[in-house]
Amino acid sequence: MVRLITHNLLACHVKGCTSNNFPLEFKDVQVELRDAEFNSDFLRGFIPKIEWKALVDAARQVGNTSLPLELPEMLDDDFLKSLHHVLLEIHVEEGSMTCPNCHHVYPISNGIPNMLLAEHEIG
Amino acid sequence: MIPTPNLSHLTSADYDSVYEPAEDTYLLLDALEQDAEHLRELHATVCLEVGSGSGCVSSFLGSILGSTALYLCTDINPHACICSFRTGLQNKTFLDVVNTTFAGPFHHRLKNAIDVILFNPPYVPTDREEALNAQSKRYVEGSWAGGKDGMDITDRFLDVVKELLSPRGLFYLVALKQNDIPNIQRRMQDKFGLSSQTVLHRRAGSEHLFILRFQRTS
Repeated sequence: MVRLITHNLLACHVKGCTSNNFPLEFKDVQVELRDAEFNSDFLRGFIPKIEWKALVDAARQVGNTSLPLELPEMLDDDFLKSLHHVLLEIHVEEGSMTCPNCHHVYPISNGIPNMLLAEHEIG
Repeated sequence: MIPTPNLSHLTSADYDSVYEPAEDTYLLLDALEQDAEHLRELHATVCLEVGSGSGCVSSFLGSILGSTALYLCTDINPHACICSFRTGLQNKTFLDVVNTTFAGPFHHRLKNAIDVILFNPPYVPTDREEALNAQSKRYVEGSWAGGKDGMDITDRFLDVVKELLSPRGLFYLVALKQNDIPNIQRRMQDKFGLSSQTVLHRRAGSEHLFILRFQRTS
């Protein structure tokens, strides 16, 4: 269940791949939507950790265009509800994530991203 | 009293390939419960459990901290990843699980950003070959076989944990007396400036188990 909140924290970790290794690009995704409990304190606390452009792009890759291109200064309820949905309720169940730098492909199967590396790829 | 996570959805077939919660797991739960107030005062945003196995410990942490935190879990064993996820659902804590080693792909984005880190490592002293083999084959043995002094796997994470810990963050480690606990504590202080305390210790059969809590020296 790769939620977009998790995707926003994942970078390629192949040995030597240390720049332009984020965000991973979704391909061939199957998405499920599941309700999550709304918690505005959590969202406000988490916003400083978000790479905003990466989140907006990932949401578009999975078919959601509800987020503004720039993080708004005023965090009103409508915005927080959209953010809640994008971060926590969109689940990528199948597909893959590709590194923009080294093009390593991380498959997602039954909701679990396989980010194991071969021995020679481990840093 | 915080209830022990409900694991009734896991079967003996699951435990053929995933570590079944045992005394070490329950000692870690007891330590977290004892520290519950301290943990809540952190106002944690991001938590990470390395080697989450059945998912019992992160689900328990979720019962302590509630929905104001994100619970990331990693395990090298794909079946453990599925069990962790299901245990989270069963106990109303959503666990975001990634099949990987240690903090692997989170390292780049979560430098100095994780508020609670949990690691119940493979700590049993074994042949070094046996430990490495169990890790690379993703067998259930990988959940306990720890190589020389039981520290071959743990040491690899101790070398990077400071880079992940947030300024007020706490790192909980399960260890065995044979792991040479004074040496672990001294090394973490001297090399990384992480001070530590024994939160709990208990004898369980032939094992003398410790829960250590590390934090940045203020």
